[in-house]
Amino acid sequence: MSEAFKMDEAQPRLLDETGQGLIGEPLDRPEGRLKVTGQARYSAEYAPERMVHGVLVRATITRGRVTGFDDSAAQALPGYLGLFHGPRFIRNPAQGMADEAPCQPGESIDYHGQPVALVVAESFETARDAAARIVVHYDEAPGAPVAPDTGEIEENEKRKSVQGDLEAAMAGAAAVVDAEYTTAGHAAAAMEPHAAIAEWRDGRLLMHGSLQMIRFNKNELADALGVSPEAVRILAPYVGGGFGSKLGISSEHVSAALAARALERPVRVVMSRQTVFDAVLRRTETWQRLRLGADKDGRLTAIGHEDRVSNLEGEGFAEPVSAATRFLYSAPNRLIRQHISRNHRTPSGSVRAPGEAVGMFALETAMDELAEKLGLDPVELRLRNIPERHPVTGQAYTARALAESLREGAKRFGWDQRPETGSRREGEWLIGMGMAGAGRSNMLVPSAARVTLSRDGALVETDMTDIGTGSYAILGQIAGEMLGLPIDKVAVHLADSDLPGASGSGGSFGASSSGSSVFLAARKIREILAQRLGCKPEELKVSGGEVSGGGTRAKLADLLPEPISAEAKIEKGKTAESHFSAGFGAHFVEVAVSEVSGEIRVRRMLGVFGIGRVLNEKTARSQAVGGMVWGVGSALHEELGHDPRTGHIVTRDLANYHIPAHADIPRDMEVVFLPERDDQANPIQSKGIGELGISGSGAAVINAVHNATGLRLRHFPATPDKVLAGWADGR
Amino acid sequence: MKPFDYQRARDLETAAEAAQAGGRIIAGGTNLLDLMKLQVMTPERLVDITRIPGLDRIESDGPGLRIGALVRNSDLSADMRIRTGYPVLARALLAGASGQIRNKATTGGNLLQRTRCPYFYDPAMACNKREPGAGCAAIGGVSRMLAILGTSEACRAAHPSDMAVALRALEAEVETRRADGATRRLGLDALYRLPGERPDLETTLEPGEIITAVLLPAPLPGATQSYRKIRDRASYAFALVSVAAVVRMEDARIATASLAFGGIGARPWKDPEVDAMLSGQSPSAELFVRAADRLLAQAETDEGNDFKREMTRRALIAVMREATGLAPASTGTDKAEVPA
Ligand SMILES: Cc1cc2nc3c(=O)[nH]c(=O)nc-3n(C[C@H](O)[C@H](O)[C@H](O)COP(=O)(O)OP(=O)(O)OC[C@H]3O[C@@H](n4cnc5c(N)ncnc54)[C@H](O)[C@@H]3O)c2cc1C
Repeated sequence: MSEAFKMDEAQPRLLDETGQGLIGEPLDRPEGRLKVTGQARYSAEYAPERMVHGVLVRATITRGRVTGFDDSAAQALPGYLGLFHGPRFIRNPAQGMADEAPCQPGESIDYHGQPVALVVAESFETARDAAARIVVHYDEAPGAPVAPDTGEIEENEKRKSVQGDLEAAMAGAAAVVDAEYTTAGHAAAAMEPHAAIAEWRDGRLLMHGSLQMIRFNKNELADALGVSPEAVRILAPYVGGGFGSKLGISSEHVSAALAARALERPVRVVMSRQTVFDAVLRRTETWQRLRLGADKDGRLTAIGHEDRVSNLEGEGFAEPVSAATRFLYSAPNRLIRQHISRNHRTPSGSVRAPGEAVGMFALETAMDELAEKLGLDPVELRLRNIPERHPVTGQAYTARALAESLREGAKRFGWDQRPETGSRREGEWLIGMGMAGAGRSNMLVPSAARVTLSRDGALVETDMTDIGTGSYAILGQIAGEMLGLPIDKVAVHLADSDLPGASGSGGSFGASSSGSSVFLAARKIREILAQRLGCKPEELKVSGGEVSGGGTRAKLADLLPEPISAEAKIEKGKTAESHFSAGFGAHFVEVAVSEVSGEIRVRRMLGVFGIGRVLNEKTARSQAVGGMVWGVGSALHEELGHDPRTGHIVTRDLANYHIPAHADIPRDMEVVFLPERDDQANPIQSKGIGELGISGSGAAVINAVHNATGLRLRHFPATPDKVLAGWADGR
Repeated sequence: MKPFDYQRARDLETAAEAAQAGGRIIAGGTNLLDLMKLQVMTPERLVDITRIPGLDRIESDGPGLRIGALVRNSDLSADMRIRTGYPVLARALLAGASGQIRNKATTGGNLLQRTRCPYFYDPAMACNKREPGAGCAAIGGVSRMLAILGTSEACRAAHPSDMAVALRALEAEVETRRADGATRRLGLDALYRLPGERPDLETTLEPGEIITAVLLPAPLPGATQSYRKIRDRASYAFALVSVAAVVRMEDARIATASLAFGGIGARPWKDPEVDAMLSGQSPSAELFVRAADRLLAQAETDEGNDFKREMTRRALIAVMREATGLAPASTGTDKAEVPA
């Protein structure tokens, strides 16, 4: 039995009625113990019989063609099984939700580090040694542009949006900000490196792949290999972090599958950390210009956000830098434009909070600057500019906790204690407070699930992934809540492409989309139970093995002579047209800046968020905290260093690419979720949280640095040398 | 990774023999194994010295201390004699790497760890240190972590050790055993070579020569010791700039000053002229500025690391102000006074 549901109107808040007490509870992840005891098997951790090992070979030129391979030095190694390459190899990972193979470049090389072949051997060590012995012959096309301000720069017409007259509004404004910003490229830096084990069984591929979106990945892989989607089965029960970097299939999957087919043996390919940097989609660096104009009362009259990002020719993705600028604040005169530099760096793609993660640096630090110019409190400036309707589309907002977050955050943080700029010091440390708004759009993506209720409990089945976020926990909680079961009576099976196809994990939409499908399937089961009991579905109560309603009651077991199975699929509907849904919030940060070295230390962080219904307080909090840590990283530490000649990523390990260490993150880190229901978002009234924590948090750090020092830093990460340069410039 | 033989040495003699025959000493392995995986280093044979008895002790050596080559970085930094008599060393150690790495890393291995220049780490990039005569891709590349003092046209790599910077400020010596069994002591200035035209030759150790100990002179009574490390994140990052200082005051004058620097030199950096111009003077901001000028007079920088001049200057001045009492100690510097 399958139900297709379109989100055309707000649904009753059934999860507020069921009363099982699971929803929102800070339950542990059911798989947590398996993970911390090493029993949860990640993609690389299977050892099918006769398995062999592959290591990818990279291009060491930036642009050109491969004219030949010489593996004679590798052939001397005992256990060497061969070199694989050819027209089915892919240039770079598929972009998120591509649903088809990425570019298959043949002999063409478009970036330094591009995987061009796979070496396979009986042992991993031999394969790695052999890979280093392969000589690749090239026909190099020198002079490939690698810097973002060189090469072809094209306008992205899709992103252009003009309302009113920005220039005129700027000219007539009582206060303006007009500044340029840059952000460095970022790596997702998931702890688990990209990994695949491919095995062909009777003409069908079994792929253990570290992936975020199985439904799409199956089609991408089938397309890349030239087989039908039915001939591909992907399993990814545990994924050690993705952050966007595992949205689409990548070289390890395609090469492992090809080699496994040729060798008739299972092949394992795990990227080295260096290869993850070379060949996985990065977050683009950005250049941004932000303009704000306001009248003397602090009402925005103009917002302009222009940006330049980079990507390889042919890649459809362009970081939506101005995403939050479109909907956060009102102003009658608006200009949003984007340019894409076509260069030959490792191609770019989605990394956690694409758009907001970097675009909000410009928007939210410019707001801080504007508040200073107006002599207004930055919290107050934001409160004065909350739009009534979406400024670009005219849609109504769904539940929006921006104002409450700003007020509640200011109160909890002690914002009224914010010192005068540059006035508070402890020894050599200058202390300051900063804040920023938070906003991240919320989406509903088609997602299906099957729920089966039997006398033993419930089983949830979907190809949804859990990339460390808590899908197992929340999907079990939703099913248990709906069916009146304690959590240990609910089993959750995920990330098998033979199961109903889910949204996958990406864009913060996974929990709400897949959660809604589980909810709808369980609601269907409740309807059947009501029918069997003889009551209306609204009257039904299920709990403690008892079913009651309409004055009758029965034992649940008696209504289940055989299990009931229901499948449901959700997709967005009319509410997505009439309404705009997003998570909102506010960040507050206290920093200390060394007057000697320019080093910045974050001392305190608070994030207040409205994310609709909280499904699990603990996993939601972890997402928010993780996002805020990412904000610190992009504000202060993270930077892909590209060689100016080859474009290749020089900071290709975790000693050189600095993500925050524990010592960079304050103990005093508080997350508050405001009570909220988003009725138009989906039938469970929840919203995404995976990316909202990043959105704006880095800007709050930088605004705190301004409060501490008086410096306006506009180039991120704000490493100590940039602080010193700011002082030297007398900024 | 290339296949290699592994040999566990029972004593220094067999270790030396094996090393002289081309074997590569392995201690904690925290640096060597990474480099082997990348095939930056491809030894045919590893000689494990970690089971050789007696090398993991900290013993008195007259008025000073003798630190065995196998003493772990974590044990050394926790030792009470080190913490009270040589706090600059304890603090430099704790400012390096991570707890896990320090548990494995040894005193000898720390001294001989190789540069973190990213071009050295990538076999696809030209590197004279890896392959003499190949050229240097780091010149004109990403240079943030490169040295600005003691470099050459062939190599811009910085020495990464924090511990060695403290040892230079303490005027420590290294004790070695040559292949023929003879021992010698040499200062760190004699141990480390400057890159010149042969950056692959990093030390003056001979084939088969093994570091057996580090020798610390008696602590300087009444001296202030401090280590300040400026880096791109609060922990687990190599120094952009670091300063180790041992300063003794007498009658409001600087009786002796011994400064050493990390992150900026082709080897753990010390400039005797800087020490000399500070010694005997009364402390003043102006004096420290001149000392920094002197230190940086020969510095060669590019756009990517020019900031190290100003950063070094500030670090030197801050450390000296604190050490001489011109400014109160603050949380940025690890400063401690050695009991007189
Ligand atoms: C991610 C990361 C971050 C780090 N951060 C820092 C930092 O911030 N500051 C810092 O100072 N260090 C840092 N380190 C480096 C660390 O301190 C060194 O790796 C460690 O000290 C090396 O000691 P080991 O015993 O493991 O040496 P090994 O790796 O065993 O050996 C290193 C070299 O020394 C030789 N060798 C070892 N012992 C002897 C001996 N007795 N006689 C002759 N030759 C010998 C070996 O042949 C080899 O060439 C970091 C390392 C990593 C991986």
